[in-house]
Amino acid sequence: MLGMAKLCSLIVAMMVFIFPFLLLISNSFKANQAITSDPLGLPASFQWDNYVSAFDKMGYISAFGNSLLITVLGVVLIALFAAMTAHYFVRHNSKLNQYLFFLMVAAMIIPFQAIMIPLVKIYGSLSLLDNKWSLIYMYIGFGSPLAVFIYHGFIKSIPLELEEAALMDGCGRVQTFFRIVLPVLLPTSVTIAVLNVLWIWNDFLLPSLVLTSSEQRTLPLSTFYFYGTYTVDYGPLMAGLVLTLLPVLVVYLFAQKYIIQGVMQGSIK
Amino acid sequence: MLTEKGLWARLRTRLIFTGPTLFAFGTVMIIPFLYGIYLTFTNWDGIAVEQSLVGWDNYIGVFKDTVFWKSFVMTLEYVFITVVLTNAVAFLLAYAVTRGIKAQGLFRAGFFLPNLVGGIVLGFIWQFIFNQVFVFAGQKMNIPLFQASWLADPDKAFWALVIVTVWQYAGYMMVIYIAGLMNVPKDVMEAASIDGASNRRMLGRIVLPLMVPSFIVCIFLSLQRGFMVYDLNVSLTSGGPFKSTEMVSMHVYEQAFLARDYGLGQAEAFVLFILVATITLLQVYFSKKLEVEA
Repeated sequence: MLGMAKLCSLIVAMMVFIFPFLLLISNSFKANQAITSDPLGLPASFQWDNYVSAFDKMGYISAFGNSLLITVLGVVLIALFAAMTAHYFVRHNSKLNQYLFFLMVAAMIIPFQAIMIPLVKIYGSLSLLDNKWSLIYMYIGFGSPLAVFIYHGFIKSIPLELEEAALMDGCGRVQTFFRIVLPVLLPTSVTIAVLNVLWIWNDFLLPSLVLTSSEQRTLPLSTFYFYGTYTVDYGPLMAGLVLTLLPVLVVYLFAQKYIIQGVMQGSIK
Repeated sequence: MLTEKGLWARLRTRLIFTGPTLFAFGTVMIIPFLYGIYLTFTNWDGIAVEQSLVGWDNYIGVFKDTVFWKSFVMTLEYVFITVVLTNAVAFLLAYAVTRGIKAQGLFRAGFFLPNLVGGIVLGFIWQFIFNQVFVFAGQKMNIPLFQASWLADPDKAFWALVIVTVWQYAGYMMVIYIAGLMNVPKDVMEAASIDGASNRRMLGRIVLPLMVPSFIVCIFLSLQRGFMVYDLNVSLTSGGPFKSTEMVSMHVYEQAFLARDYGLGQAEAFVLFILVATITLLQVYFSKKLEVEA
């Protein structure tokens, strides 16, 4: 009996967590009048127009493309560069490298708000704003401390003999890294990728400061502007939010195990 | 073995391996951070090419900016309440989904779901829920608490922010607590169970003490996220009604980019940094003392 009660309370808790999403999806198919008169009711007929109009007015394709490019390149470069740096720091444990590593770890405590104003001023005066390549570059800067920290912890546990053997066989340093070290780091790379995808894909404040023109906008930015300009037309607004959610839901459906595991691994270190 | 001969070869390897990261890190975090300290002593308005040094004026301005302190105190309240609630809910969820109930994976996936979505989108979804759904239900079922939108009332808007924050982060912290719970050694639990310890006693005497590292991580993360809340603040309440829910991070943004007082805005950001850094370091220091060996 007790087990039953526990299961029921878990199901109720679960409903609390997913109900907002179900409500959103249901309302995204309704006409405006049906939404305001009965937000809890199921759609009587499916208003695909909501989606067509949201898709159009959000500039969905462009925003999705920008988000995808920024996230994929940002995450891959953070992981690659951070892995190389952490590897170098562990294998050359000099005083200088210890200081550099400490500096990176210490910098993790700096909140973005303490940096954003000078960041905008410096990159603005260099005419590097409103450019998605600058944004990717900034993500590398902001993302590397945590990534280096996590890789650093993992690389320490890899036996050095593996690399020495490769070097003896005539591999160069870079070749050894790519052929031997990087494949061994794969599980950690998955963790780094998960943490950074969650952050970069959904980030709002940094893109809102860096990207100003509408064709550069990422998905969260275009959602924000879309919502701001169509505040009374609930149907398309709900459809727009669903469109923003959709890619995440699809990825989650397939990579759920890795995502939850990635967050778990990332927290232990 | 791993060191090349010759200065040039060593330098080249160093540059290849650490160059990109350190360059980006230095130019995106360190230089702006240091330059930011310099900016706090200037009166830059965002447009003028030149700015002049104004000494400690901005810091005096921070202490005189009553709106900043109001939003700071509110942020402290918000952080305290959300840290406690998020972690309590997260721990309960983690405890519930590691007790061998069927479809654990499904429950975990469901509780984690909000963390896949950015604060902007979550804020808009909940804005709709507070303004339309709750009001509709409140009027239909005659619940006075929900008859007017929470977001139009300064006190209730604050609690709306708290609710959405807990809802958003509980699943993330749950995942960390699950990892902690799974690390509690099975043999210790078995031994206690054979010795006749009750579930509650095992929780209090074994599980909780061994979970201290997880609590440290989760409280650290929820503290940081709480202090830095911005997206959700903007999209759920936009600081309203009447600036009553403008958290400190949003205030810094407004001060700099909308009121065009970059020097003061940066000084406030810097004061925020010092306070947050102190609080998080103290938290880590004191909770490390609680750690026990398994």
